[in-house]
Amino acid sequence: MSYLEYNAKSTPTGLRKILYLNWPLTLLLASVAGVGFLMLYSVAGGSFSPWAEPQFKRFLLGMGVMLVVALIPIWFWRNISILAYLTSVVLLLAVEFFGTVGMGAQRWIDLGFMRLQPSELMKITSVMLLAAYYDWLPPERSSRPTWVLIPVLMILVPTVLVLRHPDLGTSILLMAAGGGEMFLAGVHWAYFAAVIAAGLGLVAAVFKSRGNSWQLLENYQYRRIDTFLDPSQDPLGAGYHITQSKIALGSGGWSGRGYMQGTQSRLNFLPEKHTDFIFTTLAEEFGFIGGLTLLTLYVLIIVFCVATALAAKDRFSSLVSLGVAITFFLFFAVNMSMVMGLAPVVGVPLPLVSYGGSAMLVLLAAFGLVQSANIHRPR
Amino acid sequence: MRRSPKDQEAAHRKLSRRALLLGGLQLGFVGALAARMRYLQIDQADQFRLLAEENRINIRLLAPERGEIFDRNGRTLAHNSPSYRIIIVPEDAGDVEQVIAKLSELIDLPPEDIERARTEIRRGRPFLPITLADQLNWEDISKVAVNAPALPGITPEVGLTRIYPQLDDFAHVVGYVGPVSDYDLSKLDAPDPILRIPRFQIGKVGFEAKREDILRGTAGAKRIEVNAGGRVMRELDRKEGQAGADMQLTVDAALQNYAQARLGSESAAVVVMDCENGDLRAIASAPSFDPNQFVRGISVADYRMLTDDPYRPLANKTVQGTYPPGSTFKMVVSLAALEEDLVGPEDTVYCPGHMEVSGRKFHCWKRGGHGHVDLNTALKQSCDVYYYDLAIKVGIDKISAMAKRLGLGTRHDLPMSAVASGLAPNREWKSRVKGQDWLVGDTVNASIGQGFMLASPLQLAVMTARLATGRALSPRLIKSIDGVEQPSGAGDSLGLNENHLRMVRRGMYSVSNDRRGTGYRSRIIADGMRMAGKSGTSQVRNITAAERAAGVISNKDLPWERRDHALYVCFAPYDDPKFAVSVIVEHGGGGSTAAAPIARDVMLQALYDGTPPLEAYPKGDRQRIKAQQERLERERIKRAENPDSDRA
Repeated sequence: MSYLEYNAKSTPTGLRKILYLNWPLTLLLASVAGVGFLMLYSVAGGSFSPWAEPQFKRFLLGMGVMLVVALIPIWFWRNISILAYLTSVVLLLAVEFFGTVGMGAQRWIDLGFMRLQPSELMKITSVMLLAAYYDWLPPERSSRPTWVLIPVLMILVPTVLVLRHPDLGTSILLMAAGGGEMFLAGVHWAYFAAVIAAGLGLVAAVFKSRGNSWQLLENYQYRRIDTFLDPSQDPLGAGYHITQSKIALGSGGWSGRGYMQGTQSRLNFLPEKHTDFIFTTLAEEFGFIGGLTLLTLYVLIIVFCVATALAAKDRFSSLVSLGVAITFFLFFAVNMSMVMGLAPVVGVPLPLVSYGGSAMLVLLAAFGLVQSANIHRPR
Repeated sequence: MRRSPKDQEAAHRKLSRRALLLGGLQLGFVGALAARMRYLQIDQADQFRLLAEENRINIRLLAPERGEIFDRNGRTLAHNSPSYRIIIVPEDAGDVEQVIAKLSELIDLPPEDIERARTEIRRGRPFLPITLADQLNWEDISKVAVNAPALPGITPEVGLTRIYPQLDDFAHVVGYVGPVSDYDLSKLDAPDPILRIPRFQIGKVGFEAKREDILRGTAGAKRIEVNAGGRVMRELDRKEGQAGADMQLTVDAALQNYAQARLGSESAAVVVMDCENGDLRAIASAPSFDPNQFVRGISVADYRMLTDDPYRPLANKTVQGTYPPGSTFKMVVSLAALEEDLVGPEDTVYCPGHMEVSGRKFHCWKRGGHGHVDLNTALKQSCDVYYYDLAIKVGIDKISAMAKRLGLGTRHDLPMSAVASGLAPNREWKSRVKGQDWLVGDTVNASIGQGFMLASPLQLAVMTARLATGRALSPRLIKSIDGVEQPSGAGDSLGLNENHLRMVRRGMYSVSNDRRGTGYRSRIIADGMRMAGKSGTSQVRNITAAERAAGVISNKDLPWERRDHALYVCFAPYDDPKFAVSVIVEHGGGGSTAAAPIARDVMLQALYDGTPPLEAYPKGDRQRIKAQQERLERERIKRAENPDSDRA
């Protein structure tokens, strides 16, 4: 079914589209962002500055962006997928040369009013391109090597660029989300088995290469892996983040130490407490109940995305919605694994909660795509 | 591209299937996350809560106030006084070097202090305070306080430091405190954490060191909340420590002050013991030093001056110094012989001026000899030959046993540094330590307190007090701890025959009061205050036969360190002994000329509890004594002008 056929069916038009917004999903997104404001207010020691207030403004901006994206027909987004993807790649290349150095990595372009992280944008544009590609590709060809190689290149180009920044967390996210897209599109499972086997080989190679001239990762990335494997090795040095993070989480107990009562975050024992480690503050102050609540909100968001995908009539809508869901899942799964000591510290923010403009805007725009798919579904 | 509806249907089904599969995997992972969260937050909550508290709460020790030390009349010997120091917080100071430079213009900052502070600043965290200067006086601290606006990051702080208001009078008794050193810590197995308090003072020497346990007190603690950087956020609670116990010594500060002044610049020591209960009323060693300079931190030059001084100001000669007791030992030999019934008061020995023992000639101090001497004369004139003869009859083992009974050759346990045990040798000792047989010549030497015999001034005072009372008096330095009276040193009877004791005392009385007695010139003539004593002059070198043939060189022609030690022991009043005094003047020459006048003056000062009337002195001496009293008074006033002193 091509976009020409959509018009034949009845899809909402004009302002009536707003009624067809997925309101439960919108509400869930607002709730999660609300949790974010609450926590940013807390880690600032009970103050709207410096984090909660800008974050709120960005959220409003992001909701606006989501609405705009949602109201624009989904086929438009399908048609500009290649353009969006190429723009992201160009921006990624741009940060190679003009980017600002921060946190040991070149990651953003200063636009004056905000700092744009092309790597964040890349996460959604690569999903869009893959969805468009498989929408175009007849399903029976999807497992042929040539047609498999093309999407693999689509994934690898941005991955390699991001890895060069270096930003291991985003590279992993890009690869995993891309792989997920391909799996959903029906690529034969044997390819995945082969990639997983190769991946394991690569991991072995990464460890083997350490200290050699062909070392594959940066030293600080190796140290993070070491620390992950044994945080107690260096509790005041590199293991400090994980150790303190676990202490904060664990000391929360069932119901937490109370809002703004978390000693670990209030007394600065927690690192990056407003960005990557914000979940620990939540868990410290609201305990197991608070943590589980946020996790449930996240799961519900994913459920609504998947529901939209399954209800969609065209492959692009389904694949984009599922791609957004996977990306979103990877965000919080990696972040939580990291702060709970299940994964190395790779620098992935907690979606919609961590302080950060680009991620918030890009994620809300991505949910705009899901909303658009929902609105423009033929009924 | 057009596709058949059938193909589309199949593709859609496959997508749905795989979407549900992926969704299931995601849900599984979420389940794992929840389980992990449960494990950390519920199963291990207690442990992590504890770790969080440990993170947050630091315990800082609070230094207790050190116990103060008083003399028997309540005069302060050691107390704690506010001391001012200057703290710098590098973070607040901004340009640390500039602030230090400004501060140096205001007050004297020793370069080594600045260097140490710089090192600490480099190492420490910028918000932790660092001591720039310690032990400042009020004037300096006022200057800093007035200029505070120009000195960012600088704060004057007040702490406690030890002050010894009696200056050098009690340096050897009380000792001094100082900051804990690494060496101090290395000596302890499990050092009290209190010792890690920066600049905490502990007793280094003397009483301060020996009774550190009681004086120190126990630390208080405060719990403070700190952030990750270690900055103090607030105080949670505080438990004050227990101050150290206050101590009262048996020493009389006024008498001690007099004794110290009377010894003057000699290398000498004097001990005054109460014959009733063993209280040490004065225990002075000269020259002395000002313990306050050790508390403040003594300069290398000053310290070298103290260590290089041949008069050894740092040594406490009263208990650490051991000397051949010389003729003061003759009472011991007399009593040993009397107790063995080997001599009666009428028995005489002929003294031709020397005595031949196993082929060697032993001389009496009087070349011409004393003729026929009995016990009383032998003591009075200190005839050596009489005692050579007597000692050979008694034997060294009996003499040694008697010496120990009288308190020689045994260590008296006083809370002072390096209390010596002296030596009262016997046969067993010589064969054990020297691996040689005891020779009769050794006995002859021992009979006049020479040879191996060694005694400290404290031991000689104990001996004299025991002779005067017949009781086993032991010295007591601590009168009370926190108001609790300590056991008396009165002691039980020694079990000696009272008649024998009386004979010896009578001999000592003659020494001081008989016109021909060696101590006659230093007698007391006040009624009821008459003194009994015994002089001693102990050689620090052997006089060779050649020297003797050439004529013994007089002491004043010898270099100081080869002159004889002068000793004098005495007790008074003769009828009802109140005090026993021993004096030694190192290389002072003759005991009767160098030591006896000091012993007499100190004794009178003790008996009258202050400056004695001139009538107590023999007529011919009064003019000279008056001048001496006036001179000592002038010196006392001069020394009282020291800022640390409270004697003004």
